[in-house]
Amino acid sequence: MTDIGLGHYLTLGAVIFSIGVIGIFLNRKNIIVILMSIELILLAVNINLVSFSIYLGDLTGQVFTLFILTVAAAEAAIGLAIIVVYYRNAGTIRVEEIDKLKG
Amino acid sequence: MVAHAIFFYVFSIIAIISAIMVTVSKNTVHSVFFLILDFISISCLFIMIGAEFLGMIMLIVYVGAVAVLFLFVVMMLNVAQQKNQWFNSELTPSSHIPVGLIISTIIFFELIIVVGGWKYKPELSNPNTTQISNEVSNTHSLGQVLYTDYIHIFQISGMILLIAMIGAIVLTFRRREGVKTQSYLKQISREKSEGIEVLEVPSNKGVKIDD
Repeated sequence: MTDIGLGHYLTLGAVIFSIGVIGIFLNRKNIIVILMSIELILLAVNINLVSFSIYLGDLTGQVFTLFILTVAAAEAAIGLAIIVVYYRNAGTIRVEEIDKLKG
Repeated sequence: MVAHAIFFYVFSIIAIISAIMVTVSKNTVHSVFFLILDFISISCLFIMIGAEFLGMIMLIVYVGAVAVLFLFVVMMLNVAQQKNQWFNSELTPSSHIPVGLIISTIIFFELIIVVGGWKYKPELSNPNTTQISNEVSNTHSLGQVLYTDYIHIFQISGMILLIAMIGAIVLTFRRREGVKTQSYLKQISREKSEGIEVLEVPSNKGVKIDD
């Protein structure tokens, strides 16, 4: 119980990843919360990479975490820009009213 | 070891609870604040296990930039007061909810199986590309590989950021009609010959300009 190992960190990553996936499916509010769930999923991936990197003594995981951070920031910026444009055109960003693609 | 365990449990429980609150809270602004709390606790975990550069970068990038970006958009779009309508069957087919629960449960158990396989067969990995040395700090060792071995990926990530910046500007840029602005080209291409006119002024009559 008091011996924290790699498995504890990976379990934390798995829990946060699953919460992010649940958030994408269960969200009925607006699409910004879906973007936040995607951020949670990327955070879980970062936890996995960093904990493997520390416990294996290999720096590569931390380097790739840095790149994932970069891509996540770019993705958040582009996604929010798309949301702003959609809100300007359609007047709503509620998830159930965004059905132009009939998905 | 006990201190490590205590801090791990405290930070991870805060992280999990705030991750749940991100998805279930009714107000979107509250979701953004719980996202900030989540990132802060995870970066505390990173600093605790020895990845202090990543923890600090995570604080700067997420709490300083991405979360503020989310807050700005949430406040700009006037969605903060929209009520959460999960189980309202006339608006939403609630068949999404069991599908989401099933898929995320499956993903969770798959990840747990991976963890179990890691625990019982640790020789599956073959780790030795860039060893962490104990002589220099975490930031120093990251810098040593980031600008040498990973220089191309580093530059590509810079390109990704540039493209994201251009894309965000292009997407949200709006040219308004009927707004008087400076025309820089016209302004800097004026010449002396067309800008100045020398007139003889007759006394007691003056000249008429602006014709």
